[in-house]
Amino acid sequence: MNVRLYVWQRATAALMLPLVLVHIAVIFYATQRGFSAAEILSRTRGSIAWACFYGLFVAAAAIHAAIGVRNVLSEWSPLKDRSAGLFAILFGLALLGFGARAVTAVVLG
Amino acid sequence: MSVSQLNHRSGALWLAAMVHRLSGLALAIFLPLHFLALGLAIDGEARLESFLRWSDRPLVKFAEGGLVFLLTVHLLGGLRVLVIENLDWHDGQKQLAMLAAAVSAVVAFIFLARVF
Repeated sequence: MNVRLYVWQRATAALMLPLVLVHIAVIFYATQRGFSAAEILSRTRGSIAWACFYGLFVAAAAIHAAIGVRNVLSEWSPLKDRSAGLFAILFGLALLGFGARAVTAVVLG
Repeated sequence: MSVSQLNHRSGALWLAAMVHRLSGLALAIFLPLHFLALGLAIDGEARLESFLRWSDRPLVKFAEGGLVFLLTVHLLGGLRVLVIENLDWHDGQKQLAMLAAAVSAVVAFIFLARVF
Protein backbone atom coordinates (compact mmCIF):
# COMPACT_ATOMS: atom_id res chain seq x y z
CA MET A 1 0.00 0.00 0.00
CA ASN A 2 1.46 3.35 -0.96
CA VAL A 3 1.54 6.34 1.40
CA ARG A 4 -1.41 8.09 -0.24
CA LEU A 5 -3.70 5.06 0.17
CA TYR A 6 -2.40 4.49 3.70
CA VAL A 7 -3.29 8.07 4.70
CA TRP A 8 -6.74 7.82 3.08
CA GLN A 9 -7.48 4.55 4.83
CA ARG A 10 -6.42 5.84 8.26
CA ALA A 11 -8.19 9.19 7.76
CA THR A 12 -11.47 7.52 6.78
CA ALA A 13 -11.06 5.11 9.72
CA ALA A 14 -10.67 8.02 12.16
CA LEU A 15 -13.62 9.81 10.57
CA MET A 16 -15.83 6.72 10.83
CA LEU A 17 -15.13 6.03 14.53
CA PRO A 18 -17.87 8.39 15.79
CA LEU A 19 -20.10 7.60 12.80
CA VAL A 20 -20.02 3.85 13.55
CA LEU A 21 -20.76 4.47 17.23
CA VAL A 22 -23.84 6.54 16.31
CA HIS A 23 -24.84 3.90 13.72
CA ILE A 24 -24.65 1.13 16.32
CA ALA A 25 -26.83 3.23 18.65
CA VAL A 26 -29.33 3.71 15.78
CA ILE A 27 -29.32 -0.06 15.10
CA PHE A 28 -30.11 -0.80 18.76
CA TYR A 29 -32.80 1.90 18.91
CA ALA A 30 -34.53 0.89 15.66
CA THR A 31 -34.40 -2.89 16.07
CA GLN A 32 -35.61 -2.97 19.65
CA ARG A 33 -38.67 -0.91 18.78
CA GLY A 34 -39.35 -3.07 15.72
CA PHE A 35 -40.18 -0.08 13.57
CA SER A 36 -42.22 -0.52 10.40
CA ALA A 37 -40.89 0.98 7.15
CA ALA A 38 -43.39 3.85 7.52
CA GLU A 39 -42.16 4.61 11.04
CA ILE A 40 -38.51 4.59 9.92
CA LEU A 41 -39.10 6.75 6.86
CA SER A 42 -41.23 9.25 8.80
CA ARG A 43 -38.17 9.87 11.00
CA THR A 44 -35.60 10.09 8.22
CA ARG A 45 -37.30 11.69 5.23
CA GLY A 46 -36.63 15.37 4.82
CA SER A 47 -33.91 15.35 7.46
CA ILE A 48 -30.84 17.26 6.31
CA ALA A 49 -28.96 16.02 9.38
CA TRP A 50 -29.48 12.33 8.49
CA ALA A 51 -28.69 13.06 4.82
CA CYS A 52 -25.37 14.67 5.81
CA PHE A 53 -24.57 11.99 8.40
CA TYR A 54 -25.21 8.99 6.14
CA GLY A 55 -23.91 10.74 3.01
CA LEU A 56 -20.58 11.26 4.76
CA PHE A 57 -20.69 7.72 6.16
CA VAL A 58 -21.27 6.19 2.72
CA ALA A 59 -18.41 8.18 1.15
CA ALA A 60 -15.97 7.29 3.96
CA ALA A 61 -17.03 3.61 4.00
CA ALA A 62 -16.70 3.31 0.20
CA ILE A 63 -13.14 4.70 0.24
CA HIS A 64 -12.11 2.72 3.33
CA ALA A 65 -13.58 -0.57 2.07
CA ALA A 66 -12.14 -0.16 -1.43
CA ILE A 67 -8.62 0.34 -0.07
CA GLY A 68 -9.05 -2.61 2.31
CA VAL A 69 -10.27 -4.87 -0.50
CA ARG A 70 -7.31 -3.76 -2.62
CA ASN A 71 -4.90 -4.72 0.16
CA VAL A 72 -6.53 -8.14 0.63
CA LEU A 73 -6.48 -8.86 -3.10
CA SER A 74 -2.85 -7.73 -3.42
CA GLU A 75 -1.71 -9.95 -0.56
CA TRP A 76 -4.02 -12.97 -0.74
CA SER A 77 -4.99 -13.36 -4.40
CA PRO A 78 -2.91 -14.04 -7.50
CA LEU A 79 -4.03 -10.65 -8.92
CA LYS A 80 -1.28 -8.20 -9.70
CA ASP A 81 -1.29 -4.78 -8.00
CA ARG A 82 -2.71 -3.05 -11.07
CA SER A 83 -5.63 -5.48 -11.40
CA ALA A 84 -6.31 -5.37 -7.66
CA GLY A 85 -6.34 -1.58 -7.84
CA LEU A 86 -8.73 -1.60 -10.78
CA PHE A 87 -11.09 -4.02 -9.02
CA ALA A 88 -10.95 -1.87 -5.88
CA ILE A 89 -11.83 1.29 -7.80
CA LEU A 90 -14.83 -0.43 -9.40
CA PHE A 91 -15.89 -1.84 -6.03
CA GLY A 92 -15.58 1.59 -4.39
CA LEU A 93 -17.60 3.23 -7.16
CA ALA A 94 -20.30 0.54 -6.84
CA LEU A 95 -20.46 1.15 -3.10
CA LEU A 96 -20.73 4.89 -3.68
CA GLY A 97 -23.53 4.37 -6.20
CA PHE A 98 -25.52 1.87 -4.12
CA GLY A 99 -24.92 3.93 -0.98
CA ALA A 100 -26.04 7.19 -2.58
CA ARG A 101 -29.16 5.41 -3.83
CA ALA A 102 -29.86 4.06 -0.32
CA VAL A 103 -29.43 7.49 1.29
CA THR A 104 -31.67 9.02 -1.37
CA ALA A 105 -34.32 6.36 -0.79
CA VAL A 106 -34.34 6.69 2.98
CA VAL A 107 -33.79 10.42 3.42
CA LEU A 108 -35.12 12.08 0.29
CA GLY A 109 -37.62 9.52 -1.00
CA MET B 1 7.25 -23.59 7.97
CA SER B 2 9.60 -22.92 10.86
CA VAL B 3 8.69 -23.10 14.55
CA SER B 4 9.16 -19.34 14.90
CA GLN B 5 6.72 -18.76 12.04
CA LEU B 6 4.20 -21.09 13.68
CA ASN B 7 4.62 -19.25 17.00
CA HIS B 8 4.17 -15.94 15.22
CA ARG B 9 0.98 -17.14 13.56
CA SER B 10 -0.53 -18.41 16.79
CA GLY B 11 0.12 -15.16 18.70
CA ALA B 12 -2.80 -13.17 20.08
CA LEU B 13 -1.85 -10.07 18.09
CA TRP B 14 -1.55 -12.03 14.82
CA LEU B 15 -5.04 -13.38 15.58
CA ALA B 16 -6.26 -9.82 16.29
CA ALA B 17 -4.88 -8.64 12.93
CA MET B 18 -6.55 -11.60 11.19
CA VAL B 19 -9.90 -10.94 12.92
CA HIS B 20 -9.63 -7.28 11.89
CA ARG B 21 -8.94 -8.18 8.27
CA LEU B 22 -11.62 -10.89 8.00
CA SER B 23 -14.26 -8.76 9.75
CA GLY B 24 -13.46 -5.93 7.34
CA LEU B 25 -13.75 -8.26 4.37
CA ALA B 26 -17.09 -9.63 5.60
CA LEU B 27 -18.42 -6.09 6.14
CA ALA B 28 -17.24 -5.08 2.65
CA ILE B 29 -19.18 -8.03 1.19
CA PHE B 30 -22.26 -7.18 3.27
CA LEU B 31 -22.26 -3.43 2.52
CA PRO B 32 -23.61 -3.57 -1.07
CA LEU B 33 -26.43 -5.87 0.07
CA HIS B 34 -27.24 -3.49 2.94
CA PHE B 35 -27.39 -0.54 0.52
CA LEU B 36 -29.53 -2.49 -1.94
CA ALA B 37 -31.99 -3.41 0.85
CA LEU B 38 -32.30 0.21 2.01
CA GLY B 39 -32.63 1.31 -1.61
CA LEU B 40 -35.88 -0.67 -1.81
CA ALA B 41 -37.55 2.37 -0.23
CA ILE B 42 -36.94 4.34 -3.41
CA ASP B 43 -39.93 2.53 -4.97
CA GLY B 44 -42.15 3.26 -1.98
CA GLU B 45 -42.31 2.06 1.61
CA ALA B 46 -44.20 -1.17 0.78
CA ARG B 47 -41.11 -2.90 -0.63
CA LEU B 48 -38.99 -1.89 2.37
CA GLU B 49 -41.76 -3.00 4.71
CA SER B 50 -41.90 -6.40 3.01
CA PHE B 51 -38.12 -6.77 3.44
CA LEU B 52 -38.29 -5.73 7.11
CA ARG B 53 -40.97 -8.35 7.82
CA TRP B 54 -38.81 -10.98 6.09
CA SER B 55 -35.94 -9.91 8.37
CA ASP B 56 -38.04 -10.71 11.45
CA ARG B 57 -37.10 -14.40 11.05
CA PRO B 58 -34.97 -15.77 13.89
CA LEU B 59 -32.18 -16.86 11.53
CA VAL B 60 -31.95 -13.35 10.09
CA LYS B 61 -31.88 -11.90 13.63
CA PHE B 62 -28.94 -14.19 14.47
CA ALA B 63 -27.19 -13.06 11.29
CA GLU B 64 -27.80 -9.43 12.31
CA GLY B 65 -26.25 -10.23 15.70
CA GLY B 66 -23.21 -11.57 13.83
CA LEU B 67 -23.01 -8.36 11.82
CA VAL B 68 -23.18 -6.26 14.98
CA PHE B 69 -20.28 -8.34 16.33
CA LEU B 70 -18.28 -7.87 13.12
CA LEU B 71 -18.91 -4.13 13.05
CA THR B 72 -17.96 -3.69 16.72
CA VAL B 73 -14.87 -5.89 16.54
CA HIS B 74 -13.70 -4.10 13.38
CA LEU B 75 -14.32 -0.72 15.03
CA LEU B 76 -12.39 -1.62 18.19
CA GLY B 77 -9.62 -3.37 16.23
CA GLY B 78 -9.27 -0.27 14.05
CA LEU B 79 -9.20 1.96 17.11
CA ARG B 80 -6.35 -0.16 18.50
CA VAL B 81 -4.42 0.19 15.23
CA LEU B 82 -4.91 3.98 15.21
CA VAL B 83 -3.76 4.20 18.83
CA ILE B 84 -0.62 2.13 18.19
CA GLU B 85 0.27 4.15 15.09
CA ASN B 86 -0.43 7.63 16.43
CA LEU B 87 0.13 7.55 20.17
CA ASP B 88 3.00 6.42 22.31
CA TRP B 89 0.94 3.62 23.79
CA HIS B 90 2.25 0.12 23.13
CA ASP B 91 1.71 -1.61 26.46
CA GLY B 92 -0.92 -4.28 27.03
CA GLN B 93 -1.81 -4.72 23.34
CA LYS B 94 -2.71 -8.39 23.79
CA GLN B 95 -5.04 -7.52 26.64
CA LEU B 96 -6.58 -4.70 24.58
CA ALA B 97 -7.16 -7.08 21.67
CA MET B 98 -8.83 -9.61 23.99
CA LEU B 99 -10.91 -6.82 25.53
CA ALA B 100 -12.02 -5.71 22.05
CA ALA B 101 -13.22 -9.23 21.23
CA ALA B 102 -14.97 -9.58 24.59
CA VAL B 103 -16.73 -6.20 24.33
CA SER B 104 -17.84 -7.04 20.77
CA ALA B 105 -19.29 -10.36 21.92
CA VAL B 106 -21.14 -8.63 24.78
CA VAL B 107 -22.53 -5.95 22.44
CA ALA B 108 -23.74 -8.63 20.00
CA PHE B 109 -25.27 -10.63 22.87
CA ILE B 110 -27.10 -7.54 24.18
CA PHE B 111 -28.36 -6.91 20.63
CA LEU B 112 -29.73 -10.46 20.39
CA ALA B 113 -31.27 -10.26 23.86
CA ARG B 114 -33.10 -7.07 22.86
CA VAL B 115 -34.43 -8.30 19.50
CA PHE B 116 -35.68 -11.69 20.72
